[in-house]
Amino acid sequence: MTVKKETPKESLFVSGHRACHGCGMALGARHILEATGDDVIVVSPTGCLETFTSPYGFSPWRVPWIHHVFENAPAVASGVVAALRAQGRDHTRVVAIGGDGGTFDIGFGALSGMLERGDDVLYICVDNGAYMNTGGQRSAATPPWAATTTAPAGRQSMGKAEMKKDLPEIVAAHGIPYVATASIAYLGDLKKKVKKAMTFHGPRYIQIDTPCPSVWSFPSHLTLEIGRLGVNSGLVPLFEKENGTITATRKIKRKVPVSDYLDKQKRYRHLFDSEQGQFEIEKIQALADTNIEKYGLLSV
Amino acid sequence: MDDIRVVEGSEAVALAIKACRPHVISAFPISPQTHIVEGLAKMVADGDIDAEYVRVESEFSAASVLAGASAAGSRSYTASSSQGLLLMTEVLYASAGMRLPFVMTGVNRSISAPINIQVDHQDSMSLRDAGLIQFYVESVQEAYDMHLAAFKIAEDPNIMLPVMVCMDGWVLTHSYERVQFVDQQAVDDFLPPFAPEHYLDPAAPKTWGSYAESDVMMEFKYAIHKAMTDGKPRIREILRELSAMTGRDNNGLIETYRTDGADIILVALGSVTGTVKDAIDELRDAGRKVGLLKIRCYRPFPHEEIWQAVKDANVIAVMDASFSMGSEGSIGLDLKAKLFGRPQAPMVVDFVAGLGGREINARTIRRLVVRAEEIHRLGLVLPEAQWVNLDASIVS
Repeated sequence: MTVKKETPKESLFVSGHRACHGCGMALGARHILEATGDDVIVVSPTGCLETFTSPYGFSPWRVPWIHHVFENAPAVASGVVAALRAQGRDHTRVVAIGGDGGTFDIGFGALSGMLERGDDVLYICVDNGAYMNTGGQRSAATPPWAATTTAPAGRQSMGKAEMKKDLPEIVAAHGIPYVATASIAYLGDLKKKVKKAMTFHGPRYIQIDTPCPSVWSFPSHLTLEIGRLGVNSGLVPLFEKENGTITATRKIKRKVPVSDYLDKQKRYRHLFDSEQGQFEIEKIQALADTNIEKYGLLSV
Repeated sequence: MDDIRVVEGSEAVALAIKACRPHVISAFPISPQTHIVEGLAKMVADGDIDAEYVRVESEFSAASVLAGASAAGSRSYTASSSQGLLLMTEVLYASAGMRLPFVMTGVNRSISAPINIQVDHQDSMSLRDAGLIQFYVESVQEAYDMHLAAFKIAEDPNIMLPVMVCMDGWVLTHSYERVQFVDQQAVDDFLPPFAPEHYLDPAAPKTWGSYAESDVMMEFKYAIHKAMTDGKPRIREILRELSAMTGRDNNGLIETYRTDGADIILVALGSVTGTVKDAIDELRDAGRKVGLLKIRCYRPFPHEEIWQAVKDANVIAVMDASFSMGSEGSIGLDLKAKLFGRPQAPMVVDFVAGLGGREINARTIRRLVVRAEEIHRLGLVLPEAQWVNLDASIVS
């Protein structure tokens, strides 16, 4: 006789979902909910998170969760907030968790509207830098020179030729009380930020780097390692901004060259095959160095 | 029941919504819907309505706010028109699928291009397949009355679908008409607070908007269709209750006007039916056996009532203010689909008239009747709809 292990009471995102092995996003979702507590309503746009958590009849969500369409999670969240206020259910908070496609691209107008209205929503972008649900197409969050299926590397292309949209700064420009970036490689830091965000009212935004073994193409046991290298190279700066001012940054204890991060992912493999690629790696290193300088990421 | 005032159509709608005590209103401005949402905004600003008013950046978000609010258990309302309704399309399909019973006013206006702000029905007809219940109204009074019924129909536990009350832009939204208002207590008795069995609640967490595979997808879609078709008796019942409350004849999914013994029956919906009734009076006086069938409830399509009303006529002349490009007018398509194969079904002649606000007057209707009679007399089988009053010098 086997004894089924009880799910810990506090877990609000339980096993049994259909995420890929080593999925950074699934890990992020579980820890986000550990930090928000159970008196929340979660809204998600269409995307990986929606697809792998909601096959009809099954759900890992132990909080009320709603998905509607791709581009409207911020507006659906606003509607939930309005209803809660109208009903006097003031204790329940609203959290939106969406991917970079739904946040940087197709849902951007709705996100900006929600931020401008000052609606009491914690919006969390679980950013894996491309449209993974449909097989890894380029998004505005795809970092430069990563190869994607719609911006592939080729004889005349080194992958994505554009910068990653600087969404945390764009979001912050709406004058909202709290903006932070986090990584699933640093779960303590992530949960601390979510908890802090829950102490503010009004729109708040957290962008979480969630490495994707399937499309970034690295072995699925390396998810946390890739996340750490992203942070410690300076490519994924972790900071908090309260009311427009940077209040904290996560310092890099031992800086790693970007090539240590890039060479473990097949999406950057083409950069290592040519002289042009070496030149692009130098440009990526320059981006990391700019971040380190801008956010003061190195310990003094 | 003696509150009678002359008000603008948009104000009458805003007052009906106010009487329904919504929790959440969300809208994005578009002509000619603006006076409705401005009126509601002023009521909220003055504290006359205890509702949250969410001022969104697009119609897409307006409908999305309603989806969230409705799922969270709040009675919710929006209004839009034309391009705005098309922009909402995806959200409306998903909301019907998730059985979110909000109410919206579809202020009828044509669709670009060319851009035009005058009335026709292309906008709301483009949404007929979404799973929305759709009503079309003839007058400001009927617009007021049907908005009172809309929430009760939408929120019925066996229906649970969004309801769209369609009213002609400008012709109804911006004209002043004598309106008899219903006492608030009567509305409260008629329409209890929204109390859905399921809503977003941390005490009873549920997962909404799941991904469905082919094993259940058809059943979900069939359930929407079934809620509509099985909902017809309940809609009739609610409209009877509405009639009892208003003291007006709001009965029925259709309305017939002088169809007894009619050889020709015009079929139309919206404000043009008032003009048609006048034209029919003149034609009847001149000895022509003509009547009108007005479709009040377009989705679900009331083909049973329609058949009873038209089965003894020779010819049905449909007046369509919308068109499925490359095929037929919208109502024409429905009628032909539902009458085809019935023994001795009358001939259906589809006329397309009034697009982009093109005037339809009594003379237009007389000519249309004559043409329909002629087509029937000659036994012509017309493969194409008849476009009324086309300017040959432009189209040639």
